[in-house]
Amino acid sequence: MPKGRPSVSEPKSVSLDYFAIFREVRKKDRETISTSAGTLGELYEELRERYHFLLPQASLRVAVNDEFASWDSLLSEGDRVTFIPPVAGG
Amino acid sequence: MFAVVREAIDVTRWNRLVEDDSAGAFVFFEGRVRDNAEGRKVQSLAYEVYDVLAEKEGARLLHEALARFPIARAACVHRAGHLSIGDTAVWVGVSGAHRTGAFEACRFIIDELKQRVPIWKKEFYAEGDSGWVDHSAVGARAVRQP
Repeated sequence: MPKGRPSVSEPKSVSLDYFAIFREVRKKDRETISTSAGTLGELYEELRERYHFLLPQASLRVAVNDEFASWDSLLSEGDRVTFIPPVAGG
Repeated sequence: MFAVVREAIDVTRWNRLVEDDSAGAFVFFEGRVRDNAEGRKVQSLAYEVYDVLAEKEGARLLHEALARFPIARAACVHRAGHLSIGDTAVWVGVSGAHRTGAFEACRFIIDELKQRVPIWKKEFYAEGDSGWVDHSAVGARAVRQP
């Protein structure tokens, strides 16, 4: 882990929706994984190691169940999480 | 009204959505695909959209514009999918009693959209490579990950 100890919690199943660069890196637009991360921030760091995502957390936003969330939000069983790389509409 | 569409934007139809008898000023912004970016020749673009959240955030920013500026109506539509040079990628329309509020609101909507709404743009260059546009990146505009 990059810094500190993650808050340890029971493994839970969450689904991940991938867009843009995340979809290309994972070569899929959705997957369900098991994680013991306690917060969204911990989840991203865990996946960054597992899947070698290069984007730093600070450059992203995150959404849970189709609404923006903060990185310190607690992760719940069955959550649908979406990492939002830098946007570029218009 | 805010919408994400996968077919060509029907500007005439959208113009009608901001008609209002109290309005004397109508400001429209149209963003089109251009053939260059940061000195590179661009052949086409692809927009990827997180539809559900984009439509929520787009509706929120239109409501913010209506609360913040003296305007009557505001609407915005954004394309998703593969676009060619010259295609309309985004359209913003605002109507109001006077031009100042309408200009400012239109500018606010397009600026906020670019920063907040989960839409991503991939540029396909003449050299054959491509990259996701990242306005926040220092020094590197298009990001790639092997």
